[in-house]
Amino acid sequence: MKKLLVLSALAAMLASGTALADTSGKKIAFSNNYAGNSWRQAMLDSYGIVTKKAVDDKIVGAADIFTTADKEVPTQAAQVQNLILQGYDAIVINAASPDALNGAIKQACDAGIVVVSFDGIVTEPCAYRVVVDFKDMGKQEVEQMAKFQPKGGNLLEIRGLAGTSIDDAIHAGILEGVAAHPEFKIVGSVTGDWDQTTAQKAVATILPSLPDVVGIVDQGGDGYGAAQAFAAAGKPRPTIIMGNRQDELKWWKEQKEKDGYKTWSASIAPGVSTLAFWVAQQVLDGRKDIPHDLLVPYLAFTQDDFEAALPKIKEGGVATHEYTQEEAIAAIKANIK
Amino acid sequence: MTAIAPGTTPTSSPRSSAARARLLRSLLPALSLALVLIAIAWLNPRAISYFGFSLMLNLAIPIALATIAQMFVISGNELDLSIGTFVGFVGCVTATWLKDAPLLGVIVLIGAIGVYALLGALIHLRNLPSIVVTLGMSFVWQGLAILVLPKPGGKAPDWLLALMSFKPPFIPFPIIAALVIAAVVHFGLMRTSYGVILRGSGGNPAALRRAGWSLLRTKIVLFALTGLFGVLSGMALIGITTSADANIGNGYTLLAIAGVILGGGEFVGGRVSPIGAVLGALTLALAASPLLTFMHIPPDWQVAANGAILIIVLAARVLISRRER
Repeated sequence: MKKLLVLSALAAMLASGTALADTSGKKIAFSNNYAGNSWRQAMLDSYGIVTKKAVDDKIVGAADIFTTADKEVPTQAAQVQNLILQGYDAIVINAASPDALNGAIKQACDAGIVVVSFDGIVTEPCAYRVVVDFKDMGKQEVEQMAKFQPKGGNLLEIRGLAGTSIDDAIHAGILEGVAAHPEFKIVGSVTGDWDQTTAQKAVATILPSLPDVVGIVDQGGDGYGAAQAFAAAGKPRPTIIMGNRQDELKWWKEQKEKDGYKTWSASIAPGVSTLAFWVAQQVLDGRKDIPHDLLVPYLAFTQDDFEAALPKIKEGGVATHEYTQEEAIAAIKANIK
Repeated sequence: MTAIAPGTTPTSSPRSSAARARLLRSLLPALSLALVLIAIAWLNPRAISYFGFSLMLNLAIPIALATIAQMFVISGNELDLSIGTFVGFVGCVTATWLKDAPLLGVIVLIGAIGVYALLGALIHLRNLPSIVVTLGMSFVWQGLAILVLPKPGGKAPDWLLALMSFKPPFIPFPIIAALVIAAVVHFGLMRTSYGVILRGSGGNPAALRRAGWSLLRTKIVLFALTGLFGVLSGMALIGITTSADANIGNGYTLLAIAGVILGGGEFVGGRVSPIGAVLGALTLALAASPLLTFMHIPPDWQVAANGAILIIVLAARVLISRRER
């Protein structure tokens, strides 16, 4: 009996997995709240490449990108409301706040619009979320650090943009990692805003007051700046966890060639925007079996494979991965339990 | 002859042209709002509906309230660079304490208005530039907001949610709210005798002091009113967004200043217009977002286009006031 149930559920799932509706007339909007750093630029590039092809191939009718002028929540809430009025069938969103846009998101759902959030996700239950396990990424940073610095020691933490969910999750993961590895102690914490220049200034300011540091745990986009600050102060170079930025990996390569410097690099791939796009397309296609929370792996590079990836990254860019429709369907499938 | 001239016919024509310019200037906010509405109607006809106006304008209510708040300090020849982060702080308090411990929430918000009143006193007594003091305060409010709500979240009190999603018959709620705000402030500031004193503190403080009025008191009252409307703005914002974020109000500082100026106000001289300020805020809210979204500008240009729209809207205002001189 139980077997029969499982089988029929499986059959239903397979049936719904095939294309049920035509999405060639559907319009998908992308609401983006910020475009001012290398990661976001890479995200927009990836999204533009994949969606242009999807429109050319007549998979969807239109895929327009809307970026707000500032990082503010009210601006983006207004933008979502305007997209509702424009008559889009789906909205892909990188949100300025996980909670504060819920009012506008609910209005979109009520108007029958499919909402898929990624990176900056929204908590409104009616929306889909493509999430990267940032907490695990933070924890993994300390795990990797333990391999490079088996004796342990003092760590410096570089935080991201204060008050954001991503900063909070990575920080929580790092704290968890340090709790599991009592040989490490966080002796200082600065705010780097995921930006090399900000991180460099912040690290340079706190450096004179710090004891010797063996490693830096950070959030990506800040590793190269930290390295510059240490070099400028003439302090010994610690193990700096990297965040897949081109300048970070390039610095790592230089150091490796010099004296076999070892570290680890991880970040969310900007191309995850394209996965969110395909999720929206699949939902519009009539699929009902897609879970509202989709977990995708973060993109990590180790000592052995980062050099192969480096030439593919644009100068000043971020390592990325663009999803094809098949890969997206496979990623969705991996989340269906 | 020349000595008599100023009293007779030669001045009557400049005076009547000045009156015309004044009329034009008071009509300008309404004109620019109408222009933006026409553009929106042309680009997306379905936006001009009960549903459309409710969606497009509801986020303009907190902007209008913040603009009124800014208008009060401007009428006293001061500027408030902290109104944006103050709105954010109020939002965080509203989404946390005001819901979970209403009494504490109310006390904190009243205390915040008190802080504003004290700032007014400090700026007047020590003769400090308000730009410096409020710029400093903007970091204080931001820091407090992050303390109250370290990560985005919280939830608006139910009564506030119900109020902000109220759907009256025929006329969308944001329009009614805008009318009420404009009418109440217009009456208070433009039609009462103490309102005249308040504006006079920016227009001619020396005369006011000689007439025996306390400039300290007017400054305290103006700043307290700014605090009060900042609180209303933060609460309205959270009633719409349903949840808070420490950075939620940061963009309001500049929007509020631009709204006052667009609405026919001047940075000095106590010349402000509450009705104009509300219209200015609505115009800015519509021009910056719906208009931009409906125009289908390539993403690379959107941010710049937003700025360009603001400049065009504000430039019309500058042209008119130049004619007046």
